[in-house]
Amino acid sequence: MRVLNRTAGRLSRHRRGPLAGLAVLLLGLLVSGSLYTAFSPAQADSQASQTDEVAKGKELFLVSCATCHGKNGEGIPTVRDGYQIGPSLVGTGAAAVDFQVGTGRMPMASPGAQAPRKKVVFNDEEIAALAAYVASLGPGPAVPDESDYSIDGLSEAEREEAISRGGQIFLTNCTACHNFNGSGGAMPRGGYAPALRGVEGKYIYEALLTGPQNMPNFSNGNLSPEEKRDVIAYLGSLEDTPEYAGFTLGGLGPVSEGLFAWLVGIGGLVGAAVWIASHTTRTKKDKVNA
Amino acid sequence: MSTDSRLDTSKVATSNRTDAATASKGSPAGSLASWADDRLGLATAMKKNLRKVFPDHWSFMLGEIALWSFVVLLLTGVFLTLWFNPSMGHVTYEGSYDQLRGVGMSESMASTLNISFDVRGGLLMRQMHHWAAMVFIGSMMVHLLRVAFTGAYRKPRELNWVIGCILLLLGTLEGFTGYSLPDDLLSGTGVRAADGFLKATPVAGSYMSFLLFGGEFPGESIIPRLYIVHVLLIPGLLLALIAAHMLLLVYHKHTQWPGPGRTEQNVVGYPMLPVYAAKAGGFFFMVFGVIALMGGLMTINPVWKFGPYDPTKVTAGSQPDWYMGWPDGLLRIIPSGWETVIFGYTISWNVMIPILIVPPLMLVVLMLLPFLESWITGDKRDHHLLQRPRNAPTRTAVMVALMTFYGLAWAAGGNDIIAIKLDASINQITYFIRVAIFVGPVVAFWITRRWCISLQRHDNEKLLHGYETGIITRSVDGQYAERHLPISGSSAYTLTARDRDEIYTVAGDTDAAGVAAPNSRSEKLRAKLSSWMYVHNVQKPTRAELEEAHHHAEHEAQLQSGLDHPVDGHQFDDHQLRNTDEVPLRDH
Repeated sequence: MRVLNRTAGRLSRHRRGPLAGLAVLLLGLLVSGSLYTAFSPAQADSQASQTDEVAKGKELFLVSCATCHGKNGEGIPTVRDGYQIGPSLVGTGAAAVDFQVGTGRMPMASPGAQAPRKKVVFNDEEIAALAAYVASLGPGPAVPDESDYSIDGLSEAEREEAISRGGQIFLTNCTACHNFNGSGGAMPRGGYAPALRGVEGKYIYEALLTGPQNMPNFSNGNLSPEEKRDVIAYLGSLEDTPEYAGFTLGGLGPVSEGLFAWLVGIGGLVGAAVWIASHTTRTKKDKVNA
Repeated sequence: MSTDSRLDTSKVATSNRTDAATASKGSPAGSLASWADDRLGLATAMKKNLRKVFPDHWSFMLGEIALWSFVVLLLTGVFLTLWFNPSMGHVTYEGSYDQLRGVGMSESMASTLNISFDVRGGLLMRQMHHWAAMVFIGSMMVHLLRVAFTGAYRKPRELNWVIGCILLLLGTLEGFTGYSLPDDLLSGTGVRAADGFLKATPVAGSYMSFLLFGGEFPGESIIPRLYIVHVLLIPGLLLALIAAHMLLLVYHKHTQWPGPGRTEQNVVGYPMLPVYAAKAGGFFFMVFGVIALMGGLMTINPVWKFGPYDPTKVTAGSQPDWYMGWPDGLLRIIPSGWETVIFGYTISWNVMIPILIVPPLMLVVLMLLPFLESWITGDKRDHHLLQRPRNAPTRTAVMVALMTFYGLAWAAGGNDIIAIKLDASINQITYFIRVAIFVGPVVAFWITRRWCISLQRHDNEKLLHGYETGIITRSVDGQYAERHLPISGSSAYTLTARDRDEIYTVAGDTDAAGVAAPNSRSEKLRAKLSSWMYVHNVQKPTRAELEEAHHHAEHEAQLQSGLDHPVDGHQFDDHQLRNTDEVPLRDH
């Protein structure tokens, strides 16, 4: 204690010295600088690699996307007012790119009512580069982290609650287009709400954030991140639940049920009637005609 | 009458011919039958009816599918009533289905989930009940088509046809009330639609809606009311009308296909016991089995995925069950702007036409078909022999036109599913059906009628020139021709066992004194319709034509004479000549 007191006292004596302010300033800068170096994710070399990534993304963009979206992602209008070959990507963010390119919807093979999900043409690294480039055009939603849409961190009871809450949110906001079973539904003029079963949670989260194609945008003010997570948890729970009632017949509701009632029910039973009528009473084993 | 004078059927005499007959000991079953007969007198009533003869044809069993699926409906329905709670009281679900635990819902929805997940065999029973309902109405419709296409609705069976049409209507209503009971999202959407249809009725609409729902939609009363209609009112009416339908069937006797030995006065077939009892009993088990397999293997109405009804929610794929699909289709294709505003009140033609006008109109047209036909033809005779569809070309074509209308409206009811499954645009499908629903029935009518008439011509060709043997012969001058051989006598009888069509003509507009004949305007219309109905038909050959054809055919028969086996074609070529060395193959 005495030593500390003496040191403090000695320092204290210089606290009003002409160089004291400068020394404290230097000390502060040194400490904060080293702390920043230790903890900051944006290190000098990572900064450089991000710039590289954006440059690489731009290169890919010019080859695969610019035909429709423009050389700077500004979009290309057609001569008809309000119509465009490709929309502007400024402000759509990395999440939109990750969704569209990650599910194979972009690049589009041909113009049509809607870009269908198809084989993915870019690898993860290239998708990240494209996302980084589009994100650099203007601020937009970033690619979500797994912790955003996973319920793994919750307790058993919390998980159950999240799933049943997610089911109700799903029925209120999603089934009108995507169907009660997530089997998809029709939209005007050849468009459609795609099937949701088996789609990765990340892409559902990104679709909610960015509202691709015909889909409305469910901002965080509309559906909070927790509510988005619960919807994904509900859809995931359907995958884990066995189909209690047998074959789902496409999970499309009464239309497919009616089809099967006629094909299997009426078809099978009329067949049975034909069979019974062709096997009529006889006293000998040989077939007779009645 | 004393019991002594009667034969004691419980004891059967045995004898081995050499010994005197001795009465065997009465069997317990025989004694019981005697005991019952002494008190109920059933033997006299049964003696005749158990031996009642029915003709045999697969198409006569289509109505039986409806009967047996109705039995399955009764059996499974009783099971469901033991657990179903038709109440709109609010509860929080705490059952076995994880995804809905803690969700608020009505007691009817909660008890449906309870039946599905917590009652042993409950889900199977629910699904069997629903599949049986689909099969019930489907089989009524194929039965209806069989009756119409074969002319079985002609006198004396017109009233049974009307009863059948009412059964179809009641079955549809019964299906709709049952579909609505679970109070899930899909059925609630359906009830909401029904409320809208009621309210579209001019003047009385909102009063009817308030009466049905006991106030504003949805209220607390609708589920208990639909329940009592579903389990008591309509099933009672269905049972009574099915009984009447079958009693009339027994009274009229079943129709039969024409053929040798079959006339308007007899029925050729097998007796009820043992043949049809075994066939019908076996068929019941097949119907039960098919429905049980469907209930066990195929999902129908998974209410747990729909969740409880909530007016703020709706799901894609919200459709009624298939038998209500065609009015839904008409509703989907009618232009949405068809409304008239009169004194501030909106008349919604876009709801009234597809729901309140066309379906009841179609039902009335269906019921009137036998009466319209007999008025046009003037045929008031009893008919127990069926007509082949080709022999009534106009009737067949009218039915196919109605089916085409139904089918197109039905397809429109599933336009969204067709769009996503066939990668089509729902708008284009709708535009197409808007046109096709008018054009399609006309085209179908024309094609069917011409097709029937061609088949009639083909029958006449068979009668006059025989059947095509498939044997091609070449004449000496190189001409190829197919050999025809006469058809058998019984086939010829069957083909000619039909009446000639007689076009009705008006005798004269005015009598000698120049007074217009009564009803001359309607008679003229009748004559016009009769001509439209029959004028293109091909009539069966006359006796003279047939005799001339037979004379011609005798020559063909000569070629076969002396053969102990049917012709195989080589009688008419030079194959036999090839086997003999002396005769050259051809003279060159």
